[in-house]
Amino acid sequence: MNTTLLLVQVLNGLQFGILLFLVAAGLTLVFGVMDFINLAHGVQYMIGAYLGATLAALTGSFWLGLLLALPAALLFGLLLELLVFRHLYERDHLSQVLATFGVILFLNQGVKAVFGAAPLQMPVPEALSGGVRIMEGLLYPAYRLAILAAGLATAALLWVLVERTRVGMLVRAGASNAPMLSALGVDVRRLFMAVFGFGAMLAGFAGVMAAPILSVEPGMGDNLLILAFVVIVIGGIGSIRGAFIAALIVGLVETIGRSMMPDLMRLFLDASAARQTGAALASMLVYIVMAAILAFRPAGLFPVRT
Amino acid sequence: MGIETTPALARRAMLAAGAALLAAPTVRAQGAPIKVGLVAVLTGPQAALGTQLRDGWTLGLRHLENRLGGRPVETIVIDDELRPDVAVTKVRAALERDRVDFVVGVVFSNILQAIMRPVTEANTFLISTNAGPSTFAGRGCNPFFFTTSYNNDQVHSVMGQAAQDAGYRRVFLLTPNYQAGRDAMAGFKSRFQGQVVDEVYVPLTHVDFSAELARIAALRPDAIFTFMPGGLGVNLVRQYRQAGLQNIPFLSTFTVDEATLPAQGEAALGFFSGANWAPDMENEQNRRFVRDMEAQFNYIPATYAAQSYDAAMLLDSAVRRVGGNLADRNALRQAIAAADFRSVRGAFRFGVNQYPVQDFWLCQVVRRPDGRFQTQTVRRVLEANVDPWAGECRMPGRV
Repeated sequence: MNTTLLLVQVLNGLQFGILLFLVAAGLTLVFGVMDFINLAHGVQYMIGAYLGATLAALTGSFWLGLLLALPAALLFGLLLELLVFRHLYERDHLSQVLATFGVILFLNQGVKAVFGAAPLQMPVPEALSGGVRIMEGLLYPAYRLAILAAGLATAALLWVLVERTRVGMLVRAGASNAPMLSALGVDVRRLFMAVFGFGAMLAGFAGVMAAPILSVEPGMGDNLLILAFVVIVIGGIGSIRGAFIAALIVGLVETIGRSMMPDLMRLFLDASAARQTGAALASMLVYIVMAAILAFRPAGLFPVRT
Repeated sequence: MGIETTPALARRAMLAAGAALLAAPTVRAQGAPIKVGLVAVLTGPQAALGTQLRDGWTLGLRHLENRLGGRPVETIVIDDELRPDVAVTKVRAALERDRVDFVVGVVFSNILQAIMRPVTEANTFLISTNAGPSTFAGRGCNPFFFTTSYNNDQVHSVMGQAAQDAGYRRVFLLTPNYQAGRDAMAGFKSRFQGQVVDEVYVPLTHVDFSAELARIAALRPDAIFTFMPGGLGVNLVRQYRQAGLQNIPFLSTFTVDEATLPAQGEAALGFFSGANWAPDMENEQNRRFVRDMEAQFNYIPATYAAQSYDAAMLLDSAVRRVGGNLADRNALRQAIAAADFRSVRGAFRFGVNQYPVQDFWLCQVVRRPDGRFQTQTVRRVLEANVDPWAGECRMPGRV
């Protein structure tokens, strides 16, 4: 494997990591601040993609679709909070897992009933439809660069919000000790609701951004959700910084592992066995890395609670 | 609040019920509806395929005025949820409680494998309208099993032959890492004699193909061959186009078809696929089928729908041939094997293993005048092709 290809794969890994970060950021906030396991975060990503695709088709513009999908995803998140999640904060994790798993099943079938089972498409915006030639015969789509930029901007914005504003201070306080925060006279319920709505909007944003390159279909969030959980566990639950670093690690390990593992295996095995074991090992690699990191830092890279 | 019955009344009721039971077979043979269990995946990510399969059957019955060989039909729709255990439970219930006369449908091979024994051991005919695993084509062939689709290996080998005919020397293979993916590669290689520059397996849950695309660009093959069903194919096709790789011919099976084209749209334009049928086939049956599918269900049918439609026509011809009498299993089996109907793909007959002997085509994605996308036949690659397993089948003459 030559250097150009390796650099391209690093870029691919970073870009996948950024996409993971967009999904994981909301998840880590909700899990960290509210101590609430929201398995339905993946379907909120799916809802975002569906809203984006539908609104873009209705308005005929990607940008209007994106702009309208964000408040719609926020409202949808708040509605879910009001109807379902609010009643689960006091319950144990098992009830939360069961209830939010129910929400996954319900919403996956729900979008199928409304939009049909066939995948939808959301066109790439005209301005970003080109690409940059990064190696012989391969274009790097401008839209993927836009995802990179959007992810970095989101990370910066979140950092400012969490580290430099009053609301951010409350969020950090809530993440480390919610009962104490409540005792100090902060309306924790309202804080939770705001955090949850914001998390839902982030997931929706990730969904809209992913829609032009990925297929918009029922259950599309389920696969990404597992990786998002890996990301927040590696990063330290509740830590935005941790989620950012961990998302990049997972993205890089996923991508580079997949492209190099079969070659690596060929050193020990014959070609056809190397391909299959390489592919199998590559899909395990992320979890092996997670196990290794947790062995040394059981609370993740940037633990919030000490 | 039970109804008070005297012993005499109860006895009379019992006698009446007994008489009704005795009379039942004759009544069924004359006017009672034929019951058909239709198995399809209707929930979950692959539901689009099951929906096509169900709608094709529904349209077939509508064209037959809801009768098979003159007898009214009742279809019991069974959602297998793409879970073999669920499929077996539901199919058993259909066999034992509803007493279905035929079981039709099935999109995925693993579901077919699960329900094969329960159905055939009940001496009930099973007509697969999509899944065509090699397991039941060779030594495992079964007198109660027919398929109106194909044997999976044939479709992949069509693309191997097409690559060979086109003179490609270096081909890159890409499939998901599971049994059907490995079969696809084997099927392709069975007829392709050039060099396979690399074989890449991805997880079934794969979403971002950028690493694989970079590898393809680096190796610069003459063509790629891939098998990426459902959402996997949507992701791959769109990312392939976005990466500017469309100058490398895209050969595929079950990756660009009418079930996924609405989501792939322009990105799939000009990409190749192998199939036993395409919507543009020129014959009376097919024109009517495609036109009415679009009118009824507002989408362009894929092979799943076409093969189900054919199954309805096949059973109609068989029931007509035996005069509506389903009791004689040998006569019924011969009537089905005769395949005395007009298929939407033109010529159609069953081989010794009761899999079709048919032509296979190289197809290409085109844009229709109305802006929608469909596959279109380019040329016939294999003529009256018998699947590679048929020789191993020792089919019993009588059941």
